[in-house]
Amino acid sequence: MITFEYARASDVPEALRLVAGDRAKFIAGGTNLVDLMKVDVERPTKLVDITRLPLSGVDRLQGGGVLVGALVRNSDLANHPLVQERYPVLASAIMAGASGQLRNMASTGGNVLQRTRCPYFYDTATPCNKRVPGTGCSAIDGFNRNNGILGTSASCIATHPSDMCVALAMLGAIVHVSSLSGDRQIPMADFHRLPGDTPNRDTNLESGEIITAVELPAVGYAANYTYLKIRDRMSYAFALVSVAAGLIVEGGVIKDARLALGGVAHKPWRNPAAEVALRGQPANTATFSGAADLLLRDAKGYGHNTFKIDLARRCISRALTQAARGTPQSQSNKKIL
Amino acid sequence: MTTFIGAATSRIDGVAKVTGAAKYSAEYNVPGLAYGSIVTSTIAKGHVTRIDSSAARRVSGVYDVLTHDHRPSMASTDKAYKDEVAPTTGSPYRPLYDNEIKFSGQPIALVVAETSEIARYAASLVEVEYKPEPHVTDIHQERKSAIPVETPSSPFDAHFTPPKMRGNPDEALEQAQVLHVGEYFVPIEHHNPMELFAATVLYDQGGKLIVYDKTQGVQNVQRYVCSVLEMKPEDVRVISPFVGGAFGVGLRPQFEVVLASLAARALSRPVRVVLTRPQMYALGYRPAAIQKVSIGANRDGSLNAITHSAITATSQYEQYFRQETGWSGLLYKSANAGYEHRLAQLDLPTSCDMRSPSAPTAIFSLESAMDELAIELKMDPIALRLRCYSDRDQNNNLPFSSKALRECYQKGAEAFGWSKRNPQPRSMRDGGDLVGWGMATGIWEALQVPITVRIVLNANGTAEIACATSDIGTGTYTIIAQVGADTLGLPLENVKVRLGDSTLPQSPVEGGSWIATSVSNGVVTTSRAISDQLLLLAKTMPGSPLARLGPNDVVLANRRLQSKADATRSVSISDVMRSGGMNQIVQEKTTNPSEDTSRAHNTHSAVFAEVKVDEQLGVIRVTRVVSAVAVGRVLNKKTAHSQIMGSVVWGIGMALQEETVIDHKLGRIMNANIAEYHVPVNADIHDINVIFVDEVDNSNPLGVKGLGEIGIVGVAPAIANAVYHATGKRVRNLPITLDKVIA
Ligand SMILES: Cc1cc2nc3c(=O)[nH]c(=O)nc-3n(C[C@H](O)[C@H](O)[C@H](O)COP(=O)(O)OP(=O)(O)OC[C@H]3O[C@@H](n4cnc5c(N)ncnc54)[C@H](O)[C@@H]3O)c2cc1C
Ligand code: SF4
Repeated sequence: MITFEYARASDVPEALRLVAGDRAKFIAGGTNLVDLMKVDVERPTKLVDITRLPLSGVDRLQGGGVLVGALVRNSDLANHPLVQERYPVLASAIMAGASGQLRNMASTGGNVLQRTRCPYFYDTATPCNKRVPGTGCSAIDGFNRNNGILGTSASCIATHPSDMCVALAMLGAIVHVSSLSGDRQIPMADFHRLPGDTPNRDTNLESGEIITAVELPAVGYAANYTYLKIRDRMSYAFALVSVAAGLIVEGGVIKDARLALGGVAHKPWRNPAAEVALRGQPANTATFSGAADLLLRDAKGYGHNTFKIDLARRCISRALTQAARGTPQSQSNKKIL
Repeated sequence: MTTFIGAATSRIDGVAKVTGAAKYSAEYNVPGLAYGSIVTSTIAKGHVTRIDSSAARRVSGVYDVLTHDHRPSMASTDKAYKDEVAPTTGSPYRPLYDNEIKFSGQPIALVVAETSEIARYAASLVEVEYKPEPHVTDIHQERKSAIPVETPSSPFDAHFTPPKMRGNPDEALEQAQVLHVGEYFVPIEHHNPMELFAATVLYDQGGKLIVYDKTQGVQNVQRYVCSVLEMKPEDVRVISPFVGGAFGVGLRPQFEVVLASLAARALSRPVRVVLTRPQMYALGYRPAAIQKVSIGANRDGSLNAITHSAITATSQYEQYFRQETGWSGLLYKSANAGYEHRLAQLDLPTSCDMRSPSAPTAIFSLESAMDELAIELKMDPIALRLRCYSDRDQNNNLPFSSKALRECYQKGAEAFGWSKRNPQPRSMRDGGDLVGWGMATGIWEALQVPITVRIVLNANGTAEIACATSDIGTGTYTIIAQVGADTLGLPLENVKVRLGDSTLPQSPVEGGSWIATSVSNGVVTTSRAISDQLLLLAKTMPGSPLARLGPNDVVLANRRLQSKADATRSVSISDVMRSGGMNQIVQEKTTNPSEDTSRAHNTHSAVFAEVKVDEQLGVIRVTRVVSAVAVGRVLNKKTAHSQIMGSVVWGIGMALQEETVIDHKLGRIMNANIAEYHVPVNADIHDINVIFVDEVDNSNPLGVKGLGEIGIVGVAPAIANAVYHATGKRVRNLPITLDKVIA
């Protein structure tokens, strides 16, 4: 058996003290970390169990936002009345992911930090720069149906697999982080990295830092939103392409727009230029296609996944249509609206 | 007399299964059990040059590390490794035999330790060096060098070689008024049964082995283990009472049983080996197939020629193939027919049987082609099929024992509402969805094999029926009890059934949909012997009311032996046995299939599918399926319904999702787990309507034909045809993923 130390923390300072040192890792729901340990991809020498930390609140903030504790379970978050009422796009994105059992275990912080599903990353018999820097990227000219089309690099074309994060990016959430040297806040847009030359680093979280909460800004786009996830089966599969969209529409004209894509890049993909371009425009197909073109201008396919460029374009149009009409995608009725 | 046969009866082993009382191969625990973890090759072809297991051995709790140069002796001839259903041509793979690598994922070492966790960890420390050689795993790359299937020596394989050409198909195709030619592709698919392959091998002081193995044939495994390990038949017993799905991958003995048995002998102790999910992808698969179908038709829809050529995948070391071509000229009437079958030899494990081997693949091509022809002829797809309906098996020039396919078309079409179909593609809509209706025919074999059944009848009116066959989850226990209850005249709960033990009476592997037919008629035969013996006893009773009756004049019913003509003349089974001083009557009889070579034996189906395709996004949903099947007599409406419904679900997966993805550069499967290898989830499944069409068949006393496989055949083409009808897009290579629709 691979032996590792296990320690349970009861508050954040204790967790930070326990995690200091080499190859120690926090464990929350364990639904990603334990899987990766089983296939020998993650080899922590110590696990710091953070499930007892008092980080399970969903609380209103002054100024209208909501603070979601890092240990709030995905199921609880999706079903929380405050989230359902004010941030239905977040509830919808969470419900589009994984399965009921997994969502019952998965935590907010763990979801943000889940690692890519690139098949080579999981198979230690294959070269992969993300797993072992310098060994090469097997996906670039291998099987890359699930890989990225935006922001890729010559070292890695992996995608971030989270659905929840796409909604968080769209909402402009802020990740609250603590370390022994203090607290800081990282906007969701800056939290995950592009692969560049260092695909082994998924995020800008430093070692020794813990996510304590995710802050949702006041505007939740609750009237005109959607989370549209397209995958190879109706449920229990990662996104080929997903779109979180939020609009504020007045008299058929778009006052404000938010748009984030999942399944296409190393991070939830947002392009402020596309959102700016939507503003002040009539909420119609031509406008939506224009935004899609802008978002995908630099997209690049790698063979198996080239179809995603066209698919993403179609998904963006559809998602914006759903949002504009106020008919968000259902995650339970076995069909695309 | 029949009360149980045919009735919708819940599984008699259902409670044991859901409460965990039913034990599977990895669940037999004994003191001192050791656990094996397999190290597999990371290259697809070459040789192992060095295995360093020293680090693994140093881990506390590790007992041994077996490798090709450190293991008990094994047989050294190909013959020893040829099991009951091994391909005739080739040298079977020998687990842990030498340093040659034939496929990625091949076992190269077994770490045996005190716990499975220790074994698994130590396995990760085994260092292996290879001398790789260039490999090829892509069937498309090999299509030019594919070799023709030979006519093999064994009658078993000969059954699968392409049928003889009839007429002059090439000339007839040239002269056809309407010609359709299409090439179709089905990728490699894996079985993915829920239960992992596992063997628990007990070792007794005298060196005898009791082997709990996941298999579809305990006696096949027993003979194989004996010959591979050079052991005496009485020293190996194989037990497998419950199997959590196998679908063909458990027909041949697999490497878990060899490795666990080797380790048990090496260590003189019980050993368990459980495969991981990724390791199961090295066991065998439905071969990928490139197929070309040409159909020459007259304007009225009659066919004058049909040819089917196939290239299917096998390994470099064995030639596995099934009847991938012959179905085409069997299903439809055509004076001229030609077949060609070639094998692409790849650096993969040997392909193997998977639910209705060959038929779903071949029929996808044929029935897609027929749909394309119907469109060219501007004919309704059913009308076309009725136009070339064949009352004879033209490949063998024989009439069918029964063929209620017409009724399948009719009943299926009615239930589906086919008459409301607008034939124009893209003509039917539901909001943003394009609606498509498609149909296809299915065909499979109705086989019977020799089998032996033992019945022990007790004076208290209970009975035990025993046979070595497995129940791979299909409901074999239940139908045996039903047939036994009827033929012995006992209540269902009085009949116990024992299966899946090599010491029980002879049975071949459970496959080919032949077990239900064989074993149910086997029960009839042995029950009859019981009845005969009871009658002899009854006649000796003082004042016996049956004194002057012959064996054909009596029947067992309501716990009594009674006159068929006059039910009031009867004696209770218990009285007969007591008066004869018998506590038990034991009969064991072998039932051979009737030598009915003058007729062809097949099951048929008509499958109707409705798809809704999102026009913008290409997302396909199969919203309705009607499957009308003609399978002779149905022994249990409930388990039969489950078989067909499950097959339809699988067919939906085959049509839209299933594909084993290989990185051909690495020669390695990249979706070897059930998160990435997609099969349908509940959200993919909507309405499935199963119809059993009446079909009387007299090939065997019960009129049974078997139905474990027919249900999947025809589903994928019905869906592909529906997708065409919805979208106007013909997808000829499976699976039909959304990118192929919006492309
Ligand atoms: C079969 C399967 C299907 C799935 N399908 C989907 C899907 O469709 N969509 C989707 O979005 N997700 C999917 N998931 C992924 C799932 O959402 C994640 O596994 C889950 O969200 C991870 O949360 P966790 O709490 O279990 O994380 P853990 O496994 O406990 O941790 C993950 C990582 O985060 C670190 N960590 C956890 N909490 C903190 C913290 N507070 N601060 C710092 N570091 C922390 C851990 O050290 C670890 O590195 C799927 C997973 C599986 C197994
Ligand atoms: S895409 Fe990234 S994760 Fe995938 S193989 Fe390449 S480097 Fe590894």
